[in-house]
Amino acid sequence: MILHEFISYDILRVIWWALLGVLLIGFALTDGFDMGVGALLPFVARTDIERRVAINTVGPVWEGNQVWFILGGGAIFAAWPPLYAVSFSGFYLAMFVILAALIVRPVAFKYRSKRESARWRATWDWALFAGGAVPALLFGVAVGNVLQGVPFELTPDLFARYEGAFYAKFAGLLNPFAVLTGVVSLAMLVTHGAAWLSFKAEGIVATRARSIGSVAGLLTITGYVLAGVWLAFGIEGYAFTSDVVANGPSNPLYSEVVRTDSWLAAYFARPWIALAPVLGLFGMVMAVLGLRAGREGSTLLWSKLGIFGTISSVGLTMFPFILPSSLDPRSSLTVWDSSSSHLTLFVMLIATIIFMPLILAYTAWVYKVLWGKVTEADVTESSSAY
Amino acid sequence: MELDIVDLSRLQFAMTAMYHFLFVPLTLGLAVLVAIMETVYVMTDRPIWRQMTKFWGMLFGINFAIGVATGITMEFQFGMNWSYFSHYVGDIFGAPLALEGLMAFFLEATFVGLFFFGWDKLSKVGHLTVTWLVAIGSNFSALWILIANGWMQNPVGAEFNPDTMRMEMTSFFDVMFNEVAQAKFVHTVSAGYVTASVFVLGVSAWYLLKGRHIELARRSITVAASFGLASALSVVILGDESGYSATHSQRMKLAAIEGMWESEPAPASFTLVGLPDQDARETKYAVHIPYVMGLIGTRSLTTDIAGIDELVAEAETRIRSGIIAYDALMTIREQRDATSAEVRGTFEAHSGDLGYAFLLKRYVEDPRDASEAQILQASNDTVPTVWPLFWAFRIMVALGFSFIAVMAYFFWRSSFRGQDYPRWALWGAVLIIPTPWIAAELGWFVAEFGRQPWTVDGVLPTALSVSHLSVADLLLTLAGFMIFYTVLFVVEMGLMLKYIRKGPFEDVEETEVWTARHEHRLRTHDGNVPFAETPAE
Repeated sequence: MILHEFISYDILRVIWWALLGVLLIGFALTDGFDMGVGALLPFVARTDIERRVAINTVGPVWEGNQVWFILGGGAIFAAWPPLYAVSFSGFYLAMFVILAALIVRPVAFKYRSKRESARWRATWDWALFAGGAVPALLFGVAVGNVLQGVPFELTPDLFARYEGAFYAKFAGLLNPFAVLTGVVSLAMLVTHGAAWLSFKAEGIVATRARSIGSVAGLLTITGYVLAGVWLAFGIEGYAFTSDVVANGPSNPLYSEVVRTDSWLAAYFARPWIALAPVLGLFGMVMAVLGLRAGREGSTLLWSKLGIFGTISSVGLTMFPFILPSSLDPRSSLTVWDSSSSHLTLFVMLIATIIFMPLILAYTAWVYKVLWGKVTEADVTESSSAY
Repeated sequence: MELDIVDLSRLQFAMTAMYHFLFVPLTLGLAVLVAIMETVYVMTDRPIWRQMTKFWGMLFGINFAIGVATGITMEFQFGMNWSYFSHYVGDIFGAPLALEGLMAFFLEATFVGLFFFGWDKLSKVGHLTVTWLVAIGSNFSALWILIANGWMQNPVGAEFNPDTMRMEMTSFFDVMFNEVAQAKFVHTVSAGYVTASVFVLGVSAWYLLKGRHIELARRSITVAASFGLASALSVVILGDESGYSATHSQRMKLAAIEGMWESEPAPASFTLVGLPDQDARETKYAVHIPYVMGLIGTRSLTTDIAGIDELVAEAETRIRSGIIAYDALMTIREQRDATSAEVRGTFEAHSGDLGYAFLLKRYVEDPRDASEAQILQASNDTVPTVWPLFWAFRIMVALGFSFIAVMAYFFWRSSFRGQDYPRWALWGAVLIIPTPWIAAELGWFVAEFGRQPWTVDGVLPTALSVSHLSVADLLLTLAGFMIFYTVLFVVEMGLMLKYIRKGPFEDVEETEVWTARHEHRLRTHDGNVPFAETPAE
């Protein structure tokens, strides 16, 4: 196939770096409110019927939303195989915990209301809570660790080795900075979930969601600013010392990388990227104001903007690094040396151009069909409600 | 016996994959069966068909939830436990997985919510469209995952790149239209249809035995038997042996299935039963049927089929060739762009056998240092353990033929004997419910165990594919999966049985409205009062 030569390798790599961001953001925007609702469930809804209302606001859509995550995994595998190989095995036990949470969640949605027993339902409510809160927290922890660099090295065969015993690895993930980013992530998705509940639910559930959500929003803002300052002045960054070969083969060992004082250098090199954290903060502030004022649709849009800005700021700060190595900086995975081949990136781009608009179109249609608030009557009268 | 990382990773993958595949075939088949039922509903407007759609749809939903959940494990596990595999072939293997998400998962997952929640929000045709999209989505996902798996059996459209130390795609079309993948797809999807048909048949038979939901059960049996008969024929006739001539390990798999140690001139005979003896390299007490193996294995009477001994000798040649490739690769890696054209030429001539040199890594760090004895040992490693393959295949095929018989019988009773079924036949239908699952699991066992010692045939040995983990890591997750999956299984089965026992939800009001609407038409048919028996019971 000659066609793929029409788009040069480096451009394809940047496109796929951006698409990786799109998928992660897509996941946080859609499945993010599902997880937020899960994490909020015990607090916004106390009686069984309130809980069913809260669950049914996401009931028909969580399944499609979760595909953003599955597709994210698939896209990392297809477009960034070294990233997939190193991160999934390096975060082994953390991945297992996320996996457990993501397995229990679909089942909890489906099965919770299929029996009358109060104990049965309470158990699944806890599963929904954990299935929402735990991944939300751990994704943030992962981001915090990626920003600091992960202790791995590549052998000349490009086999990834890690430092430390297994429990030490897991405990090492939970360092103070990563816990902070984890809390930001959890608070951000709780805010988003609250904005969703305020939009889709009524009465006491929506009211409680708004008050908890505005607190979570403030926590997000504070935590994000704090993490930003910490990152700027307390965390080392990474930089290439060899010439960047953007069109070269995907072998991280072909380039030289060192640790630098701070990631902040990126903001001097490309000042426009400051737009991302500004948008993130602005979106979150507006979302908090919206929650307090009881605005519904616009609040959801603001919290989406907040998430978009926050996640973008991480990617833009690190560019072109994707997964730096603290153990052996040379092994760091970057946009220029850890992608798939030219042909694979091209084929996958064509597939994305064809299918992504279709996916967005039919997802939008489904949301339109399901438009409107979920009421207690909806839940009690429908035989298919969760 | 001490288990190492490779054994534990294999055990965990086998366990989670086989568990996942308890739910997949029913999802694949039930989605289509439900869509067929709803199509009849939309065409005839009879509420009984809507009731059937909803009832089987609900059981579909219970099953679908765990199928989706355990599928996530599969996607994560390549990176978690098989990170060198992911690095080494991700350029090719990752693409179908991502396409599966783009084309299939989004489709089924987005619309499955509307399937359950959209009955009052959509027009009839609108809802039917949604149901079909769910069915198409789930079948598409089978297509892509089998393209990925087919590539592991027959790695076409890719070559090794010394710069990146991995396989890279050279032709997407070759990967997609891989003959092994296409054969596997048809075979696997048909197996899913058979599974769902046996399930629907068995549950309906139980209702008939209990004298409950007669109308629903009879109609369901008719649908299941017709669809099941077609699928059972398809699953046997279009078995996935058609790709077994493609590669060395596929031919080895075929020879192992057959317990065929020495090559046979065409047309080879089929060993019906026997006792394969790995050490003596013979199959004892074998009962042969002439010609059949040639037909199964090569679809011809004139192509020779290689036996295990011949294939081992071939592996030895390829290991020696692979060592040459490995040597050239080391030079290329050292000298990079300065490598002479001669070395590059040598590498290209032998790079197809590079994977065979990796077989030696079990015994020596550098394949170039391997002794003669180690080379012979590595050649022998290309033979999978024969007896489990031999028997798994035979049980699977026997079950496959029995499904044809069962479905044909019920189809005949349904079409020509006024839907009247003897009690023994109904009990039989109930008792055979687990058998399609056994056949499906055995099928995967033959496909994957038969490919050993490779993860990707001729390219990457299983022993090299794993991640840098500790035994403690693996024991922890293995135990976690076991506990977790057992609980899920108990919960799932409990709900399934509860909802089967409870039976369909009967919408009396809906039936009355329908009766009133169609009273005129129904009366004019035979002049009788409509509904001596009510449509929805």
